[in-house]
Amino acid sequence: MTSETLTSESAAGTASGPALLRAIQAQPAPFVLFALAVATIVLYLLGPHAEALVKFPDAWVLSPTAVMNDFMRWFVDLTGPVFQAIGWLLEWPVKGAQWLLAALPWSVTTIVFVTLAWIASGWRLAAFVLLSMLYMAVIGYWPESMNSLAIVLISVPMAIVVGFGFGVLGFYSERARRVIMPMLDLLQTIPAFAYLLPILILFGFGTTVGLVASVLYAFPPMVRNTILGLRAVPPEIVEAGEMSGATPRQLFWKVRLPAAQNQMLLGVNQTTMASLSMVIIAAIIGGTNDIGWEVLSTMRKALFGESLLAGFVIALLAMALDRITYGFAKRDRFAAAQAAGLNPWLAGLGAAAAFGLLSLVVPALSDWPAAWVYNPAPDMNAALEVFVVEWRTWIEAIKNAAFFFLMLPIKIGLAKAVSPFTWGFEMTTPVIAGYGALVALLAGWAALRGRLTLAAGIVLAGTILFIGLTAMPWLTLAAIIVYAAWTTGGRMLALGTAAGLAFLLVAGVWPQTVLSIYLCGVAVIICFVLGTLIGVWAAQSNTVSAIVRPIIDTLQTMPLFVILIPFVMVFKIGEFTALLAIIAYAIVPAIRYTEHGLRNLPSDVIEAATTVGCTPRQLLFRVKLPLALPAIMLGLNQTIIYGIGMLVIAALVGTNGLGQQIYIGLGDGDFGVGMTAGIGMAIIAIIADRITQSVSRRKQEEYGLTATVI
Amino acid sequence: MPVAPDAEVKLSCRNVWKVYGNRPEQFFTGHDGNLGSDAQAKAHAQEIRDSGHIVAAANVSFDVHVGEIFVIMGLSGSGKSTVVRCLSRLVDATAGEVILDGQNLLAANKRELIEFRRHKMGMVFQNFGLMPHLNVIDNVAFPLELQGVPLKKRREQAQEVISLVGLEGREGSFPRQLSGGQQQRVGIARSLAVKPELWFLDEPFSALDPLIRRQMQDEFLRLQRELHKSIVFITHDFLEALRIADRMAIMRAGEVVQIGRPVDLILNPADDYVREFTNDVPWEMVLTAGDIADGTRGFAPGMGHISADTSVATLLPYLADHDAGVMVRGADGEDIGAVNARDVIKALASGVDNPALVTD
Repeated sequence: MTSETLTSESAAGTASGPALLRAIQAQPAPFVLFALAVATIVLYLLGPHAEALVKFPDAWVLSPTAVMNDFMRWFVDLTGPVFQAIGWLLEWPVKGAQWLLAALPWSVTTIVFVTLAWIASGWRLAAFVLLSMLYMAVIGYWPESMNSLAIVLISVPMAIVVGFGFGVLGFYSERARRVIMPMLDLLQTIPAFAYLLPILILFGFGTTVGLVASVLYAFPPMVRNTILGLRAVPPEIVEAGEMSGATPRQLFWKVRLPAAQNQMLLGVNQTTMASLSMVIIAAIIGGTNDIGWEVLSTMRKALFGESLLAGFVIALLAMALDRITYGFAKRDRFAAAQAAGLNPWLAGLGAAAAFGLLSLVVPALSDWPAAWVYNPAPDMNAALEVFVVEWRTWIEAIKNAAFFFLMLPIKIGLAKAVSPFTWGFEMTTPVIAGYGALVALLAGWAALRGRLTLAAGIVLAGTILFIGLTAMPWLTLAAIIVYAAWTTGGRMLALGTAAGLAFLLVAGVWPQTVLSIYLCGVAVIICFVLGTLIGVWAAQSNTVSAIVRPIIDTLQTMPLFVILIPFVMVFKIGEFTALLAIIAYAIVPAIRYTEHGLRNLPSDVIEAATTVGCTPRQLLFRVKLPLALPAIMLGLNQTIIYGIGMLVIAALVGTNGLGQQIYIGLGDGDFGVGMTAGIGMAIIAIIADRITQSVSRRKQEEYGLTATVI
Repeated sequence: MPVAPDAEVKLSCRNVWKVYGNRPEQFFTGHDGNLGSDAQAKAHAQEIRDSGHIVAAANVSFDVHVGEIFVIMGLSGSGKSTVVRCLSRLVDATAGEVILDGQNLLAANKRELIEFRRHKMGMVFQNFGLMPHLNVIDNVAFPLELQGVPLKKRREQAQEVISLVGLEGREGSFPRQLSGGQQQRVGIARSLAVKPELWFLDEPFSALDPLIRRQMQDEFLRLQRELHKSIVFITHDFLEALRIADRMAIMRAGEVVQIGRPVDLILNPADDYVREFTNDVPWEMVLTAGDIADGTRGFAPGMGHISADTSVATLLPYLADHDAGVMVRGADGEDIGAVNARDVIKALASGVDNPALVTD
């Protein structure tokens, strides 16, 4: 406070040099932001005269793609046969599983999974699984579904073994953990698409690519949960084991491991989900007769009915696998062991065997009869056609409004977006002056209330909005990001950020990076505003919570492809569709964390606030929201990570960012291009992650609260 | 049930030090923690602290006799848990010796240590330390399982100790289905399953409600009357220590401040720190007739007889009605001395810090 009064006084009075300098030192943020805005405007106006500072000169670009490709070629030449052999070996279990699931009568497979669901959680889940499997059969996607499932069934145990091994290693050796953890970060932030590429190059086309990619993508959560679980074992339990005379080996297998079991089973759950989503994504390389390919190929042919129906299969698979593995993780094994009566394992086995024998006699129980297949896709396509034609004006209106009034201004700036054709007037000098005055007015209002940082922020935001993200001089845009890293995370983060941005610039993917930041940024802002509102509402009202919860749960378990489908159906290909898909996926954590944060505040603080006479509104705005800020910031963090994850998938429906680059690299088999874009994506994700994390952490430390990733 | 002072020593803790920090060994070159005198040890501890290391236990020495309950009492951070962990080697002491039945535990190798723990030691933990995935009987049988005792036999043995602690009927329950008191009974049963000679209890009742705590203390004393273990019992509760200790040590900042019988501590506190604890003690409960008997006065007519270990509290009704007082008789049947109402008041008055200012 004192520093702010100081600065306003010195600004109002005779701003002598030393006083101003002292003010800047006391509170540099407003001055730095203001300076950045001024520099941006100057560079923008200089434009052609200082081209190197506005547009990163091509001459400075040192694209690493050729080197990467050379390296990859050399590496493949060197190790090709080894990987071919591994691939050949890995193909067998997958083929075996696919053969088994194809050979088993559908009735037997169904009974096996229904039994698992029943044991994991009870009859409700069993009924859900039964209906899901019947749906796959009725709709006629049984073989494709089983092919995808087979890869998951092979990849999950492999991922668990690998993850468990690294987890135990990381638990016992601090040095190993210091290597493993960043490796996991990298594996989880590099978009899934990007590492399909090297695997494809190394192993060649085939089911192995899906398998290897899915193991690589799915083992990190197992590592994390293994380490977390082993570390969380109460020291007294370990001591009790030691005092009981356990040898080191006994201590691990009989004490630590069983005590950490539930956390590890949660790891199995996450691993399964990750594996499935990667198996689906891997379908993009084609050549496999699985359900992911079904979705993609029909979507490309604009057969949206088929696409949606197949997508629904994936969603059902995901939900069933999620609930079953989660059920096993949370199951009360002890109560179950004590419960008398029919042993569900035996009962299920018996029923499966009975149906197996029966299906030898009744063919309909073995292969789903063609006559029972009902595929409503053609009807759906017709209905969609009618809908789109009927509502064309509305659909176009929504799309255009969002495009011209929201997306385009941020992308290319008001300076270019405003035209008589769209906005109804032109960007004449008086209009520009008016805009400047408006920004100045807002900033002045903030400054008068003593909030200088906000004022400077408004000026900077106004500048960016006028120029547009893509036209921003690279120098100031990078400076803004580095400054954000510096104020939130300190010098190390700023240095890391600067290095990351330098890579993007030198590698020549800056324009694509900015496009990615733009699309993801718009989506994140919308998600954050909308999601926080919904989260607050859901925290205040149990009814809203009861409605919202299943929806966001479903959205979260849904494989990313599937989320695209409904939006493509209505809005066709384009940036707007991509935006909607990103929002649909990335809004989940914004809602979840806000509600969670608001609902899990220390009850004594709420009681204290109520006793001193807070109205419900005051309670919300003055107590709950500020205290929930760390959780909300963590939600923002997750929103950004989710948004970046979806950004790559959204490239399928036509965006021009790094996602598209990855996609191009994958299509052309160009390792360098794809990998550079993938690393670029990871850099953005890591920078955004670290900045938001440190804000959340600082708030947590200030309040002495803890917020955890849920 | 006091132990005769000449009873055989079971466990001897000699000049045990535990120092945390960068290179704690540097302070113990040329000597194994034994610096000759207490004053020198104190100076050495200060020297270590000044160098930025943390002294969790400094020159701790005491003996535990066969069948004795030895209590280590101290506030949190006083090093009492560190000491018991050094005794059981859950924590490796930086210097010193722990002699169990003539063998130095601190010099034992891993294999020997495991054997010691499997057959000679039992330990009870503050938060029970039960295996969450095992039911009561398997938790109790767990140490036997580790030794490779066959299932049937270890279940039988476990069943015995479960009966001993009064948990029959709960054998199939899992820890989280039990109350705190019941969980600690499981912890106690487990620690007794291998029939240890040496029994460590680390704040066993601190996590329990006051009423349950009291009940468990009684249970514990009953068990000890049956089992005659050599016990090291850790607590932060002075009254609990008084109730169960044969002898006790008070610790502060890693150092032992005083060792003695509870009554010695109360009557002759070594310093103000110990006196602070004794302030809240109801003296009449701790003092016995023998403690306050006046040996200079002989038998007088009208006096009754009473044995020396009678607590003063139970003597009050008699003294209220008999001005002549009572003659105290020792364990050997000889008269020790007389006690009257004034003697009791004098003894109790010596514990009053702030006497009322009586005006004329």
